[in-house]
Amino acid sequence: MQNYDLVIIGGGPAGLAAAVAARNAGIENLLILERDRELGGILNQCIHNGFGLHTFREELTGPEYAGRFIEQVQTLGIPYKLNTMVLDLAADKTITAMSREDGLFRLQPKAVILAMGCRERPRGALNIPGYRPAGIYTAGTAQRLVNMEGFLPGRKVVILGSGDIGLIMARRMTLEGAQVQVVAELMPYSGGLKRNIVQCLDDFGIPLKLSHTVVDIQGRERVEGITLARVENGKPVPGTEEHYDCDTLLLSCGLIPENELSRAAGVAISPVTNGPTVNESLETSIPGVFAAGNVLHVHDLVDYVSEEAAAAGRHAAALIRTGQQVSGRTLPIRCRDGVRYTVPTSIRPEALDPDGTVTLRFRVDGVYRDKRIVVLAGSQPIFSRKRPVLAPGEMETVQLKSRLILDCPDVGELTVKLEDA
Amino acid sequence: MKQVHLICIGCPLGCPLTAELEDREVRSVTGNTCKNGEKYARKELTHPTRIVTSTVRVSGGELAMVSVKTASDIPKDQIFDCIHALKDVEVPAPISMGQVILPNVAGTGVDIVATKAVRRSRAGS
Repeated sequence: MQNYDLVIIGGGPAGLAAAVAARNAGIENLLILERDRELGGILNQCIHNGFGLHTFREELTGPEYAGRFIEQVQTLGIPYKLNTMVLDLAADKTITAMSREDGLFRLQPKAVILAMGCRERPRGALNIPGYRPAGIYTAGTAQRLVNMEGFLPGRKVVILGSGDIGLIMARRMTLEGAQVQVVAELMPYSGGLKRNIVQCLDDFGIPLKLSHTVVDIQGRERVEGITLARVENGKPVPGTEEHYDCDTLLLSCGLIPENELSRAAGVAISPVTNGPTVNESLETSIPGVFAAGNVLHVHDLVDYVSEEAAAAGRHAAALIRTGQQVSGRTLPIRCRDGVRYTVPTSIRPEALDPDGTVTLRFRVDGVYRDKRIVVLAGSQPIFSRKRPVLAPGEMETVQLKSRLILDCPDVGELTVKLEDA
Repeated sequence: MKQVHLICIGCPLGCPLTAELEDREVRSVTGNTCKNGEKYARKELTHPTRIVTSTVRVSGGELAMVSVKTASDIPKDQIFDCIHALKDVEVPAPISMGQVILPNVAGTGVDIVATKAVRRSRAGS
């Protein structure tokens, strides 16, 4: 068993940023564990541009964005193990992992950062009737096949779900010579970014059908066609069925944080985000186990993943240096009136830097116009900001001055909600 | 005066823009939250451009494909010319990030550059 100050599970954008921040905060005995053959995680297959506008003030592709962080990891001499699968995380933070090079091994770190990312919701979770022919892929699988392996998974394509990966793949498959006929979205609004609807669908004349879903898949060996229908109150409307000939169906129906390891360790998981519940330091219910990035909650921009993960790296470093848990009150954060969840889920005032800020990230449960984001300490409003448009596809961020919370020593909870502007 | 509504693609905020046109000339842009929004609207309504990203095959590399992009934006109506020009391109490893893969793609005056480094495959592996 080897001792470490910090082990980071996952070498994608979250793991890389967490490692760099922890190293810069003085932690030298640290290690990144990555299951793939290279660092960078999902960014390696996201070859499109649009990453890094916040972080680097220029528009990078996924591999370029990952490259910036990988370079820092290498310059700082942060050790990492590739082709390494973590099999278990125990409640006492013992990590069991395996690789061809090292066989089965155990690590005993003082702190762990969970940075395992998320995976796509598969067909099995969508209840689409029909046979199980070849030709049904999640959008991310198709993305890996096209961009990394060099295969085109189909020529006539229908896409279910308007998440960003689905929209990006509509454009990518079109450029590679496939005919993308339609993108169908169950909800009355798109789950993806507006800019992706413009530059991935509108640019190529691909129609987006809101409030539509797949009600049948035809074909036994290979997909031969699908049937779409309009949806009202969650049910397909009879008589609105439309048939599309196609050989491929791509699914872009949401992402699920990958928390098998967290659950096995006994980390408390939020039923809303499917990620760990964390305090202001991004620390889970197990002291010394932190979480950041898409394993914590699904982000819209990688820039925010890097930012959040860097914070987790700094908090982990602080815990390792002091070796002391913060004591004192814990204020839960309640969500109301359109706010689905917040990260963090609670704040310990004693852990706040009195001159600093604390970042609250959240998503809303529908499309809202002319609202205000309001934060209450007890029943006292301490923050308010106008938002002309809020949508579930886009993450909201509130930077709260620590002072505002510390100035309310008697409150028992915080509330985040939407109000009419 | 004609009003045109656009969504800015400059960054993920996706600001809703309104441009006022007179004789195909952009008179004003509103709804943008930064100066890039106005720039985008003026460009989009006169000569729209895009950065194009794709992949090309690698020979003798650790990876089968390398990701590439146009070094700057190219006219929107030349996206497919650019993609066709890349169809049969194969690049030998090693490839460094930023390496020019194809100069002056489809006569646009813009180079195709690699967005990832690919090492040579190790013998026997």
